[in-house]
Amino acid sequence: MSELDLIAPRADEAAEPAALDQAHRSLWSDVRRQFLRHPGALVGMIVLAAIVLIVLAGPYLWTVSPDRINPRIANRGMSLDHPLGTDNLGRDLFAQVMAGGRVSLAVGISAMLIAVTLGTTIGVLAGFFRRLDGILMRMTELFLALPILPLLLVIILLFRDVLRDLFGPSAGIFLLIVFVIGITSWMQTARVVRAEVLGVKERDFVLAARSIGARPYKIIFRHILPNVLSPIMVSGTLGVASAIIIESALSFLGLGFPPDFPTWGRLLYDGANYMTLNPSRVIWPGLAISLTVLSVNFIGDGLRDALDPRLRS
Amino acid sequence: MMKWHGAIGAAAAAVLTISPAAAQRGADGEVKILYWQAPSILNPYLSSGVKDVEASSVVLEPLASYDEKGDMVARLAVEVPTLANGGMAADLKSITWKLKPGITWSDGTPLTAEDVVFTAEYCMAPGGGCSKLSAFTDVEKVEAADPLTVKISFKSAKPFPYGPFVGGESAILQKAQFKDCLGAKAAQCTKENFAPIGTGPFKVAEFRANDSIRYVANDKYRDPAKPAFASIYMKGGGDPASAARAVLETGEFDYAWNTQVEPEILERMAKAGKGEVITAFGNYLERMHLNFTNSRPEAGDKRSVYGDGSNPHPVLKDPAMRRALALAIDRQLLVDTGYGASGRVTCNIVPAPEVYTSTAVDWCKTPDIEKANKILDEAGWKKGSDGIRVKDGVRASLLYQTSTNSVRQATQALIKQMWGDIGVATELRNIAGSVFFGADPSSPDTSQKFFADIEMFAWTYVGTDPETNLGGSTCKEIPEPKTNWLGTNFSRYCNPAYDKLAAELAQTADLAARAALVKKMNDMLVEDGVMIPLIYRGRISAISNKLAGHRHNAWDVELWNVADWTRKK
Repeated sequence: MSELDLIAPRADEAAEPAALDQAHRSLWSDVRRQFLRHPGALVGMIVLAAIVLIVLAGPYLWTVSPDRINPRIANRGMSLDHPLGTDNLGRDLFAQVMAGGRVSLAVGISAMLIAVTLGTTIGVLAGFFRRLDGILMRMTELFLALPILPLLLVIILLFRDVLRDLFGPSAGIFLLIVFVIGITSWMQTARVVRAEVLGVKERDFVLAARSIGARPYKIIFRHILPNVLSPIMVSGTLGVASAIIIESALSFLGLGFPPDFPTWGRLLYDGANYMTLNPSRVIWPGLAISLTVLSVNFIGDGLRDALDPRLRS
Repeated sequence: MMKWHGAIGAAAAAVLTISPAAAQRGADGEVKILYWQAPSILNPYLSSGVKDVEASSVVLEPLASYDEKGDMVARLAVEVPTLANGGMAADLKSITWKLKPGITWSDGTPLTAEDVVFTAEYCMAPGGGCSKLSAFTDVEKVEAADPLTVKISFKSAKPFPYGPFVGGESAILQKAQFKDCLGAKAAQCTKENFAPIGTGPFKVAEFRANDSIRYVANDKYRDPAKPAFASIYMKGGGDPASAARAVLETGEFDYAWNTQVEPEILERMAKAGKGEVITAFGNYLERMHLNFTNSRPEAGDKRSVYGDGSNPHPVLKDPAMRRALALAIDRQLLVDTGYGASGRVTCNIVPAPEVYTSTAVDWCKTPDIEKANKILDEAGWKKGSDGIRVKDGVRASLLYQTSTNSVRQATQALIKQMWGDIGVATELRNIAGSVFFGADPSSPDTSQKFFADIEMFAWTYVGTDPETNLGGSTCKEIPEPKTNWLGTNFSRYCNPAYDKLAAELAQTADLAARAALVKKMNDMLVEDGVMIPLIYRGRISAISNKLAGHRHNAWDVELWNVADWTRKK
């Protein structure tokens, strides 16, 4: 760590001596510089980028269909024909993991964005405006107290057919699942953000901003938000992971995607019984989930450090 | 409690002295049974779950049981009443059962005809929510002629009068215990429902709902040498795969019920050599229902409602389509991937026993994609640019639902591909079993509501007589809002000719004539494409090498002969 700290500034000076002379250094260029110095975040970024790239571009290079059934080649191990083996119906696992990754990543990231946006908005409003605090926090508690599973059941039963008609079976269910996971997992974020905001808004720089007549939205965006970004980042990264898991639970209950629609969670669930017969059925989807979650967590960690002014060099 | 400890002591002593002459009550210690669906009640009349009936059958007994061949054997009765032995009236309107003398309940009081009469009263009491009411269909009255004689009178001639008191689902309750639990009070009698007093080989020592049950040998059981086990520990919870593993691989349990897992997984577990997978064939059939009414959301209030019959399904109303769907399915492939030795290809709605099975519809045994395509071409279904057929602006796209189970999802995926080959698009949906089979009228996902085009599940019935089973496809059995979506005609098939045959069957006593009628009705359902029979399924369980005396039975409860179970030495 200390070595890095010693070397890094010198490298900066050599690389952009002119930039240092310019008086203005924006927040985001600082964040980027700091972020790239975080080894974990860098590795996480590379791994996640690789996963996204494989999942998005892979199916164009590996053109085997993920749902073509061929019982004659069922339960094969890894081979050149099927790099990750096949499942009990002879479907190619590599193609399935890639197809599943598209869905799982899309669900995880979009649901997380909804949950974090909602949670942050409510948390900041509750923390910053005392008048809203009571009502917003009671609402948060209400959501926390709601039994999630019956709630999901009702929502899905009410809207499934409507959305299916509007957008088709896959897109309709996708929107529904993302929405449902999003609006049922924002509460923790809201509570943590509110607590942070309560602390930050009493600090001197906020008082200073207030005293020069800055408007509330300016204070929130300029001073409060950057200072509460770290808990938001952490809950966001955790959110991606839990959204992937919730999706697989919903699919298991028959409320998620159709059963022939591969997602990482479903591949893992379906493969569990075959663990002893064909380990690659659980290893690969499991590895994909773990690597994604881990790298997202590292990126979050790096972002938090980079965004924290006290840690910035 | 003292007796219970005594029994353990006796068992321990017996083990220590090693007496091969055995045949002594309680000499074999404890037997461990695993039901991955945990029993939640021990009263068979208040549960629709097989698991609860199974768990109660260790304690409660019927007058007669079905053995592993599907024949009736007397249990509490001296013999099964028939026309030949004079137990059945010549006009088929009544039947007389004689009880074995000297049978006592586990509390020492004698079993009398009054108990049998009470059991009928209990199930038929209004507001009691008796789930086995169908066993008492057409029963006019049940009366005790003397303490050991019961007469059952029917409203109409009943050629097959063995609904009441035959099989584990219709066991006898003790009047003294349940007399205050009639009608609406039935469900509130927790103490009684959790620990019924029975005549069976065991009695309940401890019952933990949805978890475990401990039974101990009934010291008043009629055969002094039985049961060989001093106690049963029945554990609930888990899933089929873990249950099979506990018997076959780890040997923690002696018996596991309903281990329906993919054949290659079971095969691998059985290699551990601790036990084996056993299958018995009864009348368990995996079948598909085709919806005859419009099940699409656009039908609004009339969704999947038969009404006056003016609401046909846009795609499935075409008989050619129904025939092509049935022809395209390669059933052998379904058996090989999902069932192995526990499934057989069938084309019949009544798969067993042999006297009732038809051979007229065996065309479905050989899949024929080419012919199916030809049928659709001739019927005017033209392939569109995406390879999916269209006729009169209606796309051949079907929503196919079933319960959540890995074998069923594999079957769904396979059939989707087979139907893809004849230009029919399929959307799959799986629903948690508790919802799908839950019969909750407020849920849109139940098998009765059938808000889908195709649905698949397994169907079975008690005993060997298919009359009630086939009667389930008559017009009056169609689930509708006004029947609270109850009824077993899932396909919403209404054909007066079929209803006439069903009425005729109910009046026919001669076995050969009945068999002919059954086959005719069976063929009608298959030819009309009301249902697509897929797989004749066996009842599959796992049993330890150390357990002897079990006779695997698919016609009655699996624990029907638990009194004869012994420990292999």
